[in-house]
Amino acid sequence: MTGLLAAIAILAVGTFALRFAGPALRSRYEIPERVQGLLAAAAIVLLTALVATAALTDGTGSAGIARPAGVLVGGILAWRKAPFVLIVVAAAATAAGLRLLGVP
Amino acid sequence: MSMRSIWRTLDPRLARDIGLVCLADGVVGISYGAISVGGGLPWWVPVLLSIVVFAGASQFLFVGIVAAAGSPIAAMIAGLLVNTRHVAFGLALSDEIGSGWRRWPGSHLMTDENVAFAIGQDDPRQRRAAYWAAGIGIFICWNLGTLVGSAAGSVIADTDVFGLDAAFPAVLLALVLPALRDRSTRTAALVGVVVALATTPFLPAGLPVLCALTGLLFYRAPVLEVAR
Repeated sequence: MTGLLAAIAILAVGTFALRFAGPALRSRYEIPERVQGLLAAAAIVLLTALVATAALTDGTGSAGIARPAGVLVGGILAWRKAPFVLIVVAAAATAAGLRLLGVP
Repeated sequence: MSMRSIWRTLDPRLARDIGLVCLADGVVGISYGAISVGGGLPWWVPVLLSIVVFAGASQFLFVGIVAAAGSPIAAMIAGLLVNTRHVAFGLALSDEIGSGWRRWPGSHLMTDENVAFAIGQDDPRQRRAAYWAAGIGIFICWNLGTLVGSAAGSVIADTDVFGLDAAFPAVLLALVLPALRDRSTRTAALVGVVVALATTPFLPAGLPVLCALTGLLFYRAPVLEVAR
């Protein structure tokens, strides 16, 4: 139990440090405008990669068909500038509906 | 920025969108609590993690490893690896997080969702309001959900039945899509996606997404600034 508590404490402190590092570094050093553009792009690149891995993979394997199909429907609606609520509900409903039909 | 000024600044439509994501996060929190307790962990483990770690993906990973009788050290390292992306988020959003004492709660409230909400806004005040409103809302809903889930235990089924696992990538995609209209950013992001997917079978969770940063090699700063 002590080992578990220690692991939780280190994960908590470590995660906070990772979150705090960005703003702390930015306040200490003057960052050129071009690098700021690169940092903004880095956040977009990470989020996009997160979308792809969360949509298509599960652990080290494939996520099946229902989930990517749902994300695809949500993505198309987002591209067509549909309301946010519709995007979210359609993505979830597509995946849930396909699973109801037995699609993995 | 005070609570009142967050609500005054926040566009009503944006507030509704944020509310929806908070609600969905709450439901996922219920499933997280239930899965943890169902896996044999005492109720306070998922609850404590939600308060002090507050990072969904790393929490799922942590309880998954510990419940499967893995070592807590391995679970802790896996959780930290998944959270390394927060460094890049913090570098990009330091203005939204704020300075002084605000930086402490502002850093703790950082999630994929509120980062994406902030990036999705053009106006700097909306960006900041979105970051904080989504951060606070998600923190409350995630923790309430965890409490409910860990109390209900294994009664609750997997939320995959409701398709929520498809809703979250769709939320992030909808929020980053406007930024991907910039050609240089889009190229970098697409290269990043290919690298992340190609490395997923071989690397532990969290690292493939970090590898996506190699896509930045294809990023070119806007011509205007180079010419200056």
